[in-house]
Amino acid sequence: MSTLEIKNLHASVETPEGTKQILKGVDLTINSGETHAIMGPNGSGKSTLAYSLAGHPKYEITEGSVTLDGEDVLAMSVDERAKAGMFLAMQYPVEVPGVSVSNFLRTAKTAIDGEAPKLRTWVKDVKKSMDDLRMDSSFAERNVNEGFSGGEKKRHEILQMELLAPKIAVLDETDSGLDVDALRIVSEGVNRVKDNTGLGIMLITHYTRILKYIQPDFVHVFVNGQIAEQGGRELADRLEAEGYDRFLASA
Amino acid sequence: MTVTDHSRATADAAHTHGLGTPTPDASRADRPTSFDVDAFAVPTGREEEWRFSPLKDIKPMLADQAADGHLEWDVPALPAGVTLTEVSPADARERSVRAPGDRASAVAAAHASGAMALTIAPNTVVDEPIQITVTGRGEDVRGHLLVEAGASSEATVIIERRGTATYSEFVSVDLADNAGLNLVLLQLWDEDAVHAGEVVARLGRDSRLRGSVVTLGGKAVRLNTSAAFAGEGASVDLFGLYFADSGQHQEHQLFVDHAVPRCTSRVTYKGALAGATARTVWIGDVLIRKEAEETDTYELNRNLVLTDGARADSVPNLEIETGEIAGAGHASATGRFDDEQMFYLRSRGISEEEARKLVVRGFFADLIQEIGVPTVEESLMKAIDLELEHVNEELAEEHA
Repeated sequence: MSTLEIKNLHASVETPEGTKQILKGVDLTINSGETHAIMGPNGSGKSTLAYSLAGHPKYEITEGSVTLDGEDVLAMSVDERAKAGMFLAMQYPVEVPGVSVSNFLRTAKTAIDGEAPKLRTWVKDVKKSMDDLRMDSSFAERNVNEGFSGGEKKRHEILQMELLAPKIAVLDETDSGLDVDALRIVSEGVNRVKDNTGLGIMLITHYTRILKYIQPDFVHVFVNGQIAEQGGRELADRLEAEGYDRFLASA
Repeated sequence: MTVTDHSRATADAAHTHGLGTPTPDASRADRPTSFDVDAFAVPTGREEEWRFSPLKDIKPMLADQAADGHLEWDVPALPAGVTLTEVSPADARERSVRAPGDRASAVAAAHASGAMALTIAPNTVVDEPIQITVTGRGEDVRGHLLVEAGASSEATVIIERRGTATYSEFVSVDLADNAGLNLVLLQLWDEDAVHAGEVVARLGRDSRLRGSVVTLGGKAVRLNTSAAFAGEGASVDLFGLYFADSGQHQEHQLFVDHAVPRCTSRVTYKGALAGATARTVWIGDVLIRKEAEETDTYELNRNLVLTDGARADSVPNLEIETGEIAGAGHASATGRFDDEQMFYLRSRGISEEEARKLVVRGFFADLIQEIGVPTVEESLMKAIDLELEHVNEELAEEHA
């Protein structure tokens, strides 16, 4: 049982026009086995929340705290956060030329576990996970994200999540840019990992469509750097019917 | 005739376009060659072949005067059919496949007082690599070397340069008909060495040359390699690997001259740069003459810039005088290992040092395998890891 606790989180970013405050006091607690959908209009700060949790150097945390099972996440370096059990599935996964997927996955797994995975079970695990995500075995020899289609990149993110087995995963617009078939495959992957490992999920999305495939336990509406409203599944249905106008008007 | 001169690079301000450069020779073939030093003016730095070069470092090697230093040769017991002999100046000229192509090289040949000749007798097949180590003792040295592979011979020759020197050289590589030679030149100099070299190869009918150049050490290394086909059906593979730190200039110029039909050439050079003043230059010229029908050629240069400030120039030139070719192409790209890639790898638990290692090893891995000498491949991976340790130390100091 793990708990990610975000309290009064404030983050800013440097822009040519000066310092811009993006997160303005985020409070959120995610436990193992829970799926929290974070929904909000573009520019509301959803991705900043994701990157701030992962420790991207672009964002400066100006106030608040983040703990994972009581440990201070904000004091950890980017790789230490991953080792502590945090995972960020990125909206725009980065190409890394010259590094094959298989080498990347093995290096990451070794770093997270502190020891190299046992070769035989590792090869089997990778193969099974790739099969489940309908990824051709030739994928393993391709360079990380190089020349991948949008759907391939997102499946590759979920593949990593499955193999690295984090305690808490943040999925940043994993559904964006996917057609229905790819969305279904990716969602199945997320559900499978959750069933198998019981991880807690922060599912950041702009659209309600992915919630047809991944059942959220909680829905949070994110507006102007804060959570504006919280509810259950029904809140998502209301958003689908009404859009974000109600929140934007008041913001 | 088609001449292209361009480089594609993605790194900001870390490359040079062919546009706006001095007018190149009408054809690469027009450049003079001579054993007479006076045939070459002292370069000013505006010449096409010198415009990227660190003339300040190379200057001592352009003076038409004797140098009295030597490199220390460490030569193993040579297998039957292989000899290393000293050759008189007259013989050295006579046995060179052609005359030097620039002033540094002409000076080297003129003042080397003869040459060392490594000769592989016809039909000799040597299984084990012949490993020669030459070590500089801080002296000023001119060198002339002949490598002669007899008809239908097969051998691997590794020449490793260590220590420090101000060293210029003219190396002639002669492949007789059907000879196979794997020649590996390792520039593992100490950090203050300066090296200007010209390697010229002539390939006889059906001969096969695999020439690998690895430049890791030295303050300034400028190594020009030419391969000219003299008989049909021959092939040349030229591989290069370089890694420049702060304060290092590494320059590799290549010229493949397709003068006869049905020959194949592949040029593959890859370099990594780290440190604000790291500097690399790659110029790859390929000429397909009118006679060279059914030529198949491809040249590639890739550079990986690991830190801000480092600069990689890459200039491929392809000159084609016949339409009857099997294939001709080139590619050049300079990419950065940037903050986003670093963040991505670290967000998967991989440390900063490990991330850099992963990327650099991945970048060089396929190239290192091409060298085809397992002992060299192993020690190269270690040498690259060592380079990376320096980079990590340097970056740690910057952050501190």
